[in-house]
Amino acid sequence: MTILIKNGVVFDPAQGIDGEKMDIAIDGDKFVEDVSSPDEVIDAGGRMVVPGGVELHTHISGGKVNAGRIMRPEDGRKGRIPRGKLTRACSGFSVLNTFATAYTYARMGYTTTFEAAMPPLVARHTHEEFEDTPITDKGALVLLDNNWMTIEYAKSGDLDKLAAYVSWMFNASKAYGIKIVNPGGTEAWGWGKNCSINDPVPRFDVTPKEIIKALAQVNEDLGLPHSIHIHCNDLGHPGNFETTIETYEALKDIKSSSDRQVVHATHTQFHSYGGSNWGDFESKADAIADYINKNDHVTIDLGVVMFCDTTTMTADGPMEYSLHTLSRRKWSNHDVELETGSGIIPVAYSPKIGVNAIQWAIGLELALLIDDPWKVVLTTDHPNGCPFTFYPEIIALLMSKAKRESMLETVSKAVDKRALIATIDRELTWSDIITMTRAGPAKILGMSDTKGSLKVGADADLAIYDIMPESFDPTKDYKTIEDKLMRTVYTIKGGEIVVRDGEITATPHGRTFWVNPAGKKAEAARDGMLEDLERMFRDYYTVSMANYPVQDEYIPHGVEIRTEVN
Amino acid sequence: MAAETVSNVVCPLCGCLCDDIEVIVEDGKISNVKKACPLGKNKIMGHDRIKAPMIRENGEFKEVSYDDAIEKSAQILAQAKRPLLYGWASLICEAQRKGVELAEEIGALIDTTASVCHGSTVVGVQGRGAPGCTLGEVKNRADLVIYWGCNPQEAHPRHRARYAHSVKGMYRPNGKKDRKVFVIDVRETKTAKVADEFVKIDPGYDYMAFSALRTILAGHADVVPDTVGGVAKEKLVEMVDAMKSCEFGVIFGGMGLTQTRCRYKNLENVISLVDELNAHTKFTLIPMRGHYNVNGSGHTLAWLTGYPFAIDFSRGYAWYNPGETASNDVLLRREVDAMMAIAGDPGAHFPGESLRHMAKIPLIQIDPYANPTTELADIVIPTAVSGVEVDGTAYRMDGVPIRTRKVVETEYLTDEEVLERILTRVRELKGGN
Repeated sequence: MTILIKNGVVFDPAQGIDGEKMDIAIDGDKFVEDVSSPDEVIDAGGRMVVPGGVELHTHISGGKVNAGRIMRPEDGRKGRIPRGKLTRACSGFSVLNTFATAYTYARMGYTTTFEAAMPPLVARHTHEEFEDTPITDKGALVLLDNNWMTIEYAKSGDLDKLAAYVSWMFNASKAYGIKIVNPGGTEAWGWGKNCSINDPVPRFDVTPKEIIKALAQVNEDLGLPHSIHIHCNDLGHPGNFETTIETYEALKDIKSSSDRQVVHATHTQFHSYGGSNWGDFESKADAIADYINKNDHVTIDLGVVMFCDTTTMTADGPMEYSLHTLSRRKWSNHDVELETGSGIIPVAYSPKIGVNAIQWAIGLELALLIDDPWKVVLTTDHPNGCPFTFYPEIIALLMSKAKRESMLETVSKAVDKRALIATIDRELTWSDIITMTRAGPAKILGMSDTKGSLKVGADADLAIYDIMPESFDPTKDYKTIEDKLMRTVYTIKGGEIVVRDGEITATPHGRTFWVNPAGKKAEAARDGMLEDLERMFRDYYTVSMANYPVQDEYIPHGVEIRTEVN
Repeated sequence: MAAETVSNVVCPLCGCLCDDIEVIVEDGKISNVKKACPLGKNKIMGHDRIKAPMIRENGEFKEVSYDDAIEKSAQILAQAKRPLLYGWASLICEAQRKGVELAEEIGALIDTTASVCHGSTVVGVQGRGAPGCTLGEVKNRADLVIYWGCNPQEAHPRHRARYAHSVKGMYRPNGKKDRKVFVIDVRETKTAKVADEFVKIDPGYDYMAFSALRTILAGHADVVPDTVGGVAKEKLVEMVDAMKSCEFGVIFGGMGLTQTRCRYKNLENVISLVDELNAHTKFTLIPMRGHYNVNGSGHTLAWLTGYPFAIDFSRGYAWYNPGETASNDVLLRREVDAMMAIAGDPGAHFPGESLRHMAKIPLIQIDPYANPTTELADIVIPTAVSGVEVDGTAYRMDGVPIRTRKVVETEYLTDEEVLERILTRVRELKGGN
């Protein structure tokens, strides 16, 4: 099928196109230079045409998301939509069922979604849910930092064996990238404890910093498309910005294997806190932004908090428990043998609570204080800061000081004293926003050849919004942004029209990208690593090694990306 | 023909989902099963299979073709105004997913065996959360193991040896010697006999015992009476001391909690206890799920619909309200006008009133085995045994998904195939209306 989109006002930061009126052509599942006699012509009529959205950090599939659904039927009731001719029944506000997740992302113009935390032992679950989450292309980041194998190799400094292990685990779990979540801290939580970046992990004589450095080095040794993707130690603690910067600093000397960052630090809002307790809690977004502005080896995503009753979920088990002791609503926890853990609690962020209002401010401040939009990605750490359905309102806040001022009137005055938001005048442009939601995340993920751009040869993923950029002032008409970014006029995924006028028109299976790190770097120490791993299975796991790897049946729409470093 | 040994077979019997079973196959038939417990071995060896599809005519079963049984089933379901699809425990997730699709298509109620088993655990979780872990955490770390209202020696025979008691783990290298095991039950079960401590409690007093433990934990032992549910206060104080002073504690909760007085309230109370213990040490709770993939049914339904059991699709969206939408709620109200029982045995487990209603309405059974439900069924469709004749996904009691293995070939259709064919035919029939 060929499609020609005429008269669009195109934003494609990867090609330096900033609101130019031009035509876009699609042949099959790729963008092409031009098509003669297209099967379908779409007249965009001056509307905004942009690449499909790329979500690089969201919690949409797998054990803890599902535990959230099971624990919170009251949340399910908030998003009820009956089945339609093409669509399955929907439920959920912060913990959506798989179909609601897929349709909502597609309606909002997103075509690529990365699940940010997959425990290897239950990877099968993540992939099962992917199969029931149509439309978007997907990938999963696998949790490898609290694994006993990783911790042992970080301690012994045997990075060749660690590389062999990472390679084996990517194959076994069908993962796209390395996720690090409170390294050492989640293992410590196995004993009800936690650790900061320089605390030795209980019963292992190694520090989180050493684990992070080892994984970062191996990530580059293997030439993986994405960098390490880290949820730093001390999430949510007042004063944690120092740990965050110390984490960045620890990775400064590692050389990237490609044209991207060495570390992607996720939901940085939760890691940009000053003060020493909840009483003097304050924003340190300026310190974090200053570091990012001066250094090129770090990229971040935001993890914006918006005011609502959402569900928090993370592999950072000790953090969820300590958060639970503040609210005492209900708490789920699931430690995963030899590997990781997870915690889930409901959280209601209130504009009247000073700490929550400051958290809200910090998420926005980071976006506004970091100069280069390629270094910062718009996320809410769905559903931790708030559900991804708040993106349009967040974009309005970033583009309009007037919107921020009207919202500031409704939030706790703590923001005036202990946050910076009221002092910032910057208003982001469409180009900034499209970079932060498309081109930037695609580059950070190592997918800029195929995603986040309308360039010839890229995947034909595209969104058209009912906004006329040439006659529209986002600084004033922010209500329209909130409305129009919720529902595209068209979403095209892989050359197929999946949304028209905000309604789902097709529900193709998305693909699942996974990386197979091969070559000498991955294989040199394989035999020695396998001896260690076999011992782990024989003595400590409760699943046999033969039954552990995710079988091909679970990735019928899998796309293998082979890397080879010799 | 030489005998072949298939290794690492996953046992499709109970929630332990042991994955180290060896099955000996000779001439395409299973001749022996090693490492499994007697319950698992019996299932894998096979027994009491339904030979062919059957339709009841004038009170007697008549063997028919799959085509006829599927056609008749589709007609019943397509015409029903309030159909109920019940069971979904002893089969793989791939079939459960198909079942949800069918339920949506016909606006059915879909419910699992959890609604008469650990459904109250789920409701307890929805009140207070689920502080848990995988079984390997217990194996490697636990020094205090409490079996409360469950009897694994008879219901989950390899549970202690593989996961919780005699097994050796990273930080429990001496297995049994490094752990203390309590059993709390209303009678001295086989498990009680192998425990370090057996605490006998009066039937229906679990809730009070949890409240007493929480009270003592909170430092108010002075207000606890001398005995609670037949348990001496000294014993309760001793239990709290053991819980607070262990390095890693776990409570395995069974149907002695879920289906006795106070039901989900028992679970809310024990979850609260576990929650509060985490202020002192590491403590977790794992429900002793029965059927090998009943946990999978909860997971599959949850990601597809948002809810884990007792789901009503009559409004087009998923409506969940156990007490209103669980199988026995609708059967006792005599709302259901057609029912499918698949991979579950309501005939053996539902109250008499529900069975009387089931006897009056068209009842379709899909199952490899004849069981009491067969006696009430109007259509019986035999299927292949998941985990022996079909491979597919199952979720262990601790949420770990494992792919079961296909060991031998079969002539039977799989559950998934039968459901797919019914669904296709239902769509045709409804499309024609």
